[in-house]
Amino acid sequence: MNPGYVFLHTNKSPYMKNRSLVSINDYSKEEYLKILNLAEEFEKNPRQEILNGHVVATLFFEPSTRTRLSFESAVNRLGGRILGFADSSSSSATKGETLRDTIKMVCSYADLIVMRHPLEGSARFASEVSTVPVINAGDGANQHPTQTLLDLYSIRKTQGTLENLNIFMVGDLKYGRTVHSLLMAMSQFNATFYFISPDELKMPDEYKRYLKSMGLKFYEFKDFTDIINQADIIYMTRVQKERFSDPIEYERTKNTYILRHHMLKDSRANMKILHPLPRVNEIHLDVDSSEKAYYFTQALNGVFVRQAIISSILGLK
Amino acid sequence: MKDIKHLVVSAIKDGTVIDHIPAKDLFKVISILGLDRIENQVTFGSNLDSKKLGKKAIIKISGLFFRNEDINKIALVAPEAKLNIIKDYNVIEKKVVEVPDNITGIAKCVNPKCITNNEEIVTKFSVVDKKKVILKCYYCEKITDQDNMRII
Repeated sequence: MNPGYVFLHTNKSPYMKNRSLVSINDYSKEEYLKILNLAEEFEKNPRQEILNGHVVATLFFEPSTRTRLSFESAVNRLGGRILGFADSSSSSATKGETLRDTIKMVCSYADLIVMRHPLEGSARFASEVSTVPVINAGDGANQHPTQTLLDLYSIRKTQGTLENLNIFMVGDLKYGRTVHSLLMAMSQFNATFYFISPDELKMPDEYKRYLKSMGLKFYEFKDFTDIINQADIIYMTRVQKERFSDPIEYERTKNTYILRHHMLKDSRANMKILHPLPRVNEIHLDVDSSEKAYYFTQALNGVFVRQAIISSILGLK
Repeated sequence: MKDIKHLVVSAIKDGTVIDHIPAKDLFKVISILGLDRIENQVTFGSNLDSKKLGKKAIIKISGLFFRNEDINKIALVAPEAKLNIIKDYNVIEKKVVEVPDNITGIAKCVNPKCITNNEEIVTKFSVVDKKKVILKCYYCEKITDQDNMRII
């Protein structure tokens, strides 16, 4: 098998301006860094009226609190206007309108479309139909590139670098789109990966093959209590009961993937815990008080990163 | 006793012979190439003995010559197929099917949550493994392999 095949289908071109962001693989390493540097600038100075007179459509065919609010906050802080809907019940999709028609109409009202949709591939399709750029804010279980860029921003901010880090990924590594995209992005920075998951939710082979083809190291574990002190970043994800074919197996393993405060005592001083949120019980509440808990700040970073993405796609920065 | 070489599907004067089609996929090949909609004479045989495939099928089309990009479409179902181009009862050229880098239409994406299975969109794939014919959907980025490939 072609080892690099998870990296196919990019729409790389020399310019970010007017180019849709559908998949994390659409951007090169240099472009990740350009966005992160820009986001740093916005963190220092979040209110800049550079989007004056611009309209951004936020089309959320599926509800999402964090992603939608942080996009809208980003646009508002840049002085732009927003139109759109927060769930498909308030759109013509309920009348049976196709996505093709909705996008064709909206792109004549807006300068940029931010879209979340439950169907996979919907964002790539929208970017083909639309005359204005499309930012994918999540297409089913497929891609959520702005989440990955804010993860990268959080990692660089807490570690001072993206190079040569030990990245622990914990929980559902089979279905979790955030861990797959983060793996692809961090593979550009010589990371070493530690995959900690139950057997049923292991990292898919295609990603492991890809890491091998890149000459990167990875290790797989079922439990992380003994190795936690190796971590620079612990990226936690939800282990959902409905992912298990055997409910007994779920009951047996569910507590293995819960992070508790006492487990952190020998961890590295620079170590930080990330989580794409929402969490259920995989990070115990007693971890919140630890200075190593970074997940709420991570969510805040989303606004700066989205300001950076929007302004570079619109060619304003 | 003399060897009798008997052609099950009779020879054509001019046209194309597609040989070494897996017998079970004969009708898929006919459909992919649109041979059910043309006016040329088409003759075929199926379940013929083949050392390589066990049971094979063969199609002979009179007066029709394919462009490479068209014939390569059948690579999804008949990657071992061989073409003989016939002029005046003689084979003037032999061709093999080559798996293309990209496939448009023809196959369905295996992912029920893919946009192409929910809205009218022509499917697009890149071929990530030419030998095993493994496809990656351009839209949802999921893998469709031989075991779960469905031809439209």
